Amino acid sequence: MIEVRWYARAGQGAWTASNLLAMAAVIDGKYVQSFPAFGPERSGAPMFAFTRVSSEPILVHSMIYEPGVVVVLDHTLISSRDTAAGLKNGGVLVLNYSGSIEKLYEMLGVSRGLYKVYVAPATELAMELLKRPITSTAMLGALVKATNIVSMDAVVKALKERFPSPLAERNIELVKRAFEKTVEV
Amino acid sequence: MLSKLKVPLEKQKVMPVNGDEAVAYAVKQCLVDVVAAYPITPQTIIVERFSEFVANGEVKTQYVPVESEHSAMSACIGAAAAGARAFTSTSSQGLALMWENLYIASGFRLPIVMAVVNRALSAPINIHCDHSDAYGMRDSGWIQLFVENSQEAYDTTIQAFKIAENPEVQLPVAVNLDGFFLSHTLENVYMLPEEEVHEFLGGYRKPVKTYIDYLNREVEYKLDPASPLSIGPLDLYDYYFEHKMPQVEAMKRAGDVVRGVNEEWYELTGRSYGDGVIDSYAVEDADAVIVVLGSSAGTMKYVASVMRRKGFKVGVVRLRMFRPFPFNEVKDLLKGVKAVGVMDRGLSFGSYGPLYLEINTALYYSRERPLLVNYIYGLGGRDLSPAMAEEVFIDLINTAKLGEVKEYLKFIGVRS
Repeated sequence: MIEVRWYARAGQGAWTASNLLAMAAVIDGKYVQSFPAFGPERSGAPMFAFTRVSSEPILVHSMIYEPGVVVVLDHTLISSRDTAAGLKNGGVLVLNYSGSIEKLYEMLGVSRGLYKVYVAPATELAMELLKRPITSTAMLGALVKATNIVSMDAVVKALKERFPSPLAERNIELVKRAFEKTVEV
Repeated sequence: MLSKLKVPLEKQKVMPVNGDEAVAYAVKQCLVDVVAAYPITPQTIIVERFSEFVANGEVKTQYVPVESEHSAMSACIGAAAAGARAFTSTSSQGLALMWENLYIASGFRLPIVMAVVNRALSAPINIHCDHSDAYGMRDSGWIQLFVENSQEAYDTTIQAFKIAENPEVQLPVAVNLDGFFLSHTLENVYMLPEEEVHEFLGGYRKPVKTYIDYLNREVEYKLDPASPLSIGPLDLYDYYFEHKMPQVEAMKRAGDVVRGVNEEWYELTGRSYGDGVIDSYAVEDADAVIVVLGSSAGTMKYVASVMRRKGFKVGVVRLRMFRPFPFNEVKDLLKGVKAVGVMDRGLSFGSYGPLYLEINTALYYSRERPLLVNYIYGLGGRDLSPAMAEEVFIDLINTAKLGEVKEYLKFIGVRS
């Protein structure tokens, strides 16, 4: 079972991204759970969403405390305090970040090699293609590059189910561009 | 075995939906005549989604958006008394506001189905998972079923109509699903083709027939000007008591009907939930067993499976049916277990958790009673983490080793 924690500001679409990942995994024939860290949402407030993906039915119904993957949708949420909290050794960090890698590791407060760290310029790409800083789908593309949880085909199918045209096409392009631009650092 | 299924898995449609949507889709397939609901907080996505089905013309249901939950239950009572299949859903304060009408629904013997998305009661204001709302309707004469996941929410909603309308039962049924942990959690849900659900339910609701002496014939038990009858007239100390006894008897029969429907569902879909009444996990040789309701049972089973691999003899009993309470079955199942922990997501202030009290009663008649501890957990949506679940098992194992209970009532995961 793979457990993903999404970290974002309310309004950036972390729950949507989590649901899209789950929908794609269902298309791939997997069992899923997707849920937010429940609370009355205030736009801009930090929030979590969680996804579980497994080839077996999922029994556990709790929040995720020791994720294998952490995705951060907003670069201002990258910190040594909670970004990698509970992340398993060898786990994957997927960050919306463009800038100095030196500074990134300093902000994260982790030594190189402890986790697999991937970055994507999600805000820039979202501004270019959606004209707004909603980074959920871009970071989904980054996640597909960083892990093999779901296939790109399934993500495209999920986007077509979730969004009407032409929003679906724009988001598909965003996912693919983000996939290309995502690098391990 | 699977090839014998009426609707094998490949003919079921898998949808990624949350628990609320799973219930809404189930209701959509059940030929429901009337849905009455108060559409504002603490209402759920269930009626939001269902009202879309109505607006899109996907169902022929009469949807009545009323001004309060009290009126929602009143409208369901009126509709069901006129012979309709009626459904509503609510949560926390909304269920509390329905309270007096809950007794009327069961006293009238109306097979209404209600989804209760379990949430805490105010004060303080809280919108999260808690079983206090369901415990509050414990004595109202409703059958109460609790589900563990979104798939079971879908399955049980359909089953609930069949259970409620069974001529041996004729009682309202509440389907309880945990707020947020199920209501807002997207999971895989396998859904049946609509016509299979129609066939399972035998089409639209058919009211039972009853003999009316002044008409000197059997008529359908419903309000119908063509064959007039009264439902729920004044009934003082001369007959009230006698008229409550059929309710007692119907509850006694309900357990077998729940079990039967669970079996039928298995033959149809390949899914069953224990025997329909109790869903137990690794209890046979267990020294320490947890009894629990709802989605937390999944977390407890998961932790139990991990602990079993480490050699701990632990098990889980999930009660799917809380009313009527399966006393004899619980007594037999827990015979020989050294320590039993009862987890309640809600409590009776000044007493214990309601589930604990039932288990205590069930075990009283055993010659060799297990040690019994009540763990109150998760009030107001406090998460039950796997680590916390393991602590509960360890505490219970230590109790078994010690051979006595030091504290009967413990609070889990609360700051001091």
